[in-house]
Amino acid sequence: MDKKLEPIIKAVQNKFSAAFEEFRGEVHLFIEPDQIVDALTLLRDEHSFELLSALTAVDYHPQTSPRFHVIYQMTSISKNLSVQLRVPLSGDNPKVPTVTRVFSMALWRERELLDMFGIEAEGHPDPRRILMPEGTDGYPLRRDFPLGYEEPQFTFNFDEIDLGKPYAKE
Amino acid sequence: MGIEQKLGNMGVVTTSLEGMVNWSRTNAMWPMLFGLACCAIEMMSAQSAHYDMSRFGMELMRASPRQSDLMIVAGRVSKKMGPVLRRLYDQMPEPKWVIAMGDCASCGGVFNNYAIYQGVDEVVPVDVFVAGCPPRPEALIHGVLTVHEKVKGQKFADLAKT
Amino acid sequence: MAQLEEVSLDKFKHLVSERALNGETMLLNMGPQHPSTHGVLRLLLELDGEIVVNCIPDIGFLHTGIEKNMEAKTYQKAEVMTDRLDYMNTMGNNLAYVMAVEKLVDLDVPPRAQALRVILVELQRIASHLVWLGTSGLDLAAMSMFLYCFREREQILDIFELVSGQRMMTTYIRPGGVWRDVPVEFETAVREFIKIFPKRIDEYERLLTKNPLFVDRMVDIGHLSKEMALSYGVTGPMLRASGVDWDLRKARPYMGYEQYEFDVPVLYEGDTYARYLVRIEELRQTLRIVEQALNKLPLGPVRSDNRKFVPPPRSEIGVSMEALIHHFKLWTEGFPAPNADIYAAVESPRGELGVLLAGDGGPKPRRVHMRTPSFDNLSVFPEMVKGHLVADLVAILASTDIVLGDIDR
Repeated sequence: MDKKLEPIIKAVQNKFSAAFEEFRGEVHLFIEPDQIVDALTLLRDEHSFELLSALTAVDYHPQTSPRFHVIYQMTSISKNLSVQLRVPLSGDNPKVPTVTRVFSMALWRERELLDMFGIEAEGHPDPRRILMPEGTDGYPLRRDFPLGYEEPQFTFNFDEIDLGKPYAKE
Repeated sequence: MGIEQKLGNMGVVTTSLEGMVNWSRTNAMWPMLFGLACCAIEMMSAQSAHYDMSRFGMELMRASPRQSDLMIVAGRVSKKMGPVLRRLYDQMPEPKWVIAMGDCASCGGVFNNYAIYQGVDEVVPVDVFVAGCPPRPEALIHGVLTVHEKVKGQKFADLAKT
Repeated sequence: MAQLEEVSLDKFKHLVSERALNGETMLLNMGPQHPSTHGVLRLLLELDGEIVVNCIPDIGFLHTGIEKNMEAKTYQKAEVMTDRLDYMNTMGNNLAYVMAVEKLVDLDVPPRAQALRVILVELQRIASHLVWLGTSGLDLAAMSMFLYCFREREQILDIFELVSGQRMMTTYIRPGGVWRDVPVEFETAVREFIKIFPKRIDEYERLLTKNPLFVDRMVDIGHLSKEMALSYGVTGPMLRASGVDWDLRKARPYMGYEQYEFDVPVLYEGDTYARYLVRIEELRQTLRIVEQALNKLPLGPVRSDNRKFVPPPRSEIGVSMEALIHHFKLWTEGFPAPNADIYAAVESPRGELGVLLAGDGGPKPRRVHMRTPSFDNLSVFPEMVKGHLVADLVAILASTDIVLGDIDR
């Protein structure tokens, strides 16, 4: 771990009692959902982490609790440091408070989180689907959503797949 | 042979009406700008100076479907884009032809999943499929010339049926 | 197949001003198929005459489900899909994903492979900026720029074809190094390009930089302040034109970038003209990196020796039993990765291209997230465009340099 990062980790741990793990030189801090807005504000204002590089989620299905980890990757430009905050969420009705007041980058990224995982951001000003068309059922990036794989047509199954394909009329 | 011998060098050409019409259709076929993804860049390369497509009559790409006759579907068509594609196809006036450029437009390509149409012929009827990921500009030009050959072989009776 | 639906204003009521609701301003759709939106982007504009009051981008028309599809393939096979994300920067996408895989499984890369990667990624950066310059010129009605830029791009694509056999989607950069060694003609071809390119950049600058029409359309348009850029997560030349000196090649050097001497242009006005000047200067600096890397190209192997992750050469398979077994395991099963996740980032021509790779102990990734720069660069677009004319909107969109494959993934 970078020497400059140690006091920052200690400050976050003191305030929020967060666990942390280190892997291949990266530091991951585990934060509770209701503390995330304060944690981001603390890092942005007092420790000059100006840029939120990435906001996404990982699905650990079939493990049910926690099923999702929402990931906030923060970068400090002035100090050249990086830290990752992870928020574990359970599988049914996952919600996380919105961070749009802290970083406006979350305006679109949280919409993507809702669209792809079904994780609601409470207090988001514009909760609509962003990538999938309106009226889609289900959340594509969850592990239990099917891939939608179509069998490749070889000579032996050419006709049966051909009958199932919706060809366009004039 | 008889009439050509009689007329000689008077600068007169004899042909059929179908031949005339088909020749004029192929020599100034205007494609509609429908570049979606990576194949669009190769389409732009085919249009620019190195592999010139304007020597085959496709001088300009019309953005408006009402003014074009050839739609080159270049790129992957997602489920959200499908209705838009169909609507644009319906807005083109007859006679119209469609080239499915690239693997994603022909058969879904690398992407065998929930979000991409497995072949754009699920949405619009296609005349020529050009393979490649992305197809080289020469391959696209070969596809265009294949459409020209198809047009040259078209008879009025077939068009009147549709 | 879904039908097009009538959209009522209710869905967007919270995004447009009250003047739209009582009919004073007009809602216009700059649809997915449009010559000036670089790709399939739909913009809902609220116009007061010619002035844009509000702009609501609607993306997702190119959503390909790449992230989900990569979860169904092994690590080597999933690399093929990364080419198709940001299709102007195919080598760069390969590099970002491969760096993430190498970080996850702790694989070394020999120095010759690192130098080759740098040369090809920087050539790809030049090619990407050339397409930006050509299409921006096309949008602003300087059509000959398009033809000039694509002429240079053909030379770079010829170099890629020499090296890997494919013009755009090369997948040449693979875990452990590069696919195979470059042929003898590679050095001559790159030196030829280095010789002619500086004069061409001067030609482009003579055509555009001091041109009064161009300057009139670009100066003082689309201001982006430093605070807004950082808050919206903007990176790359857009951030550097707003006054923040942040380039991942200088701040967190990877693949040996610390050996090469180059400057990073930073301007402070934050308008479209500043973004244009930053990218033109980047073309020159990138050429410096290519020249230095080519001069310093070390000899040696181009792929790591670690046979657990890198397949053995075909000549060994007939002779050695371990080589056969390694080949078999890698082709049928793939290599396993630890049950952890990492984040690796490179500097693409558009900004910070990051990959969050989560392994699950098996041969297929649990989650691959590509943090693509164009997504966040576009999210600040509605703020930049308020109060401008529609013609300025086209110029601002051109200077944002978005690629829809990046945004919709």
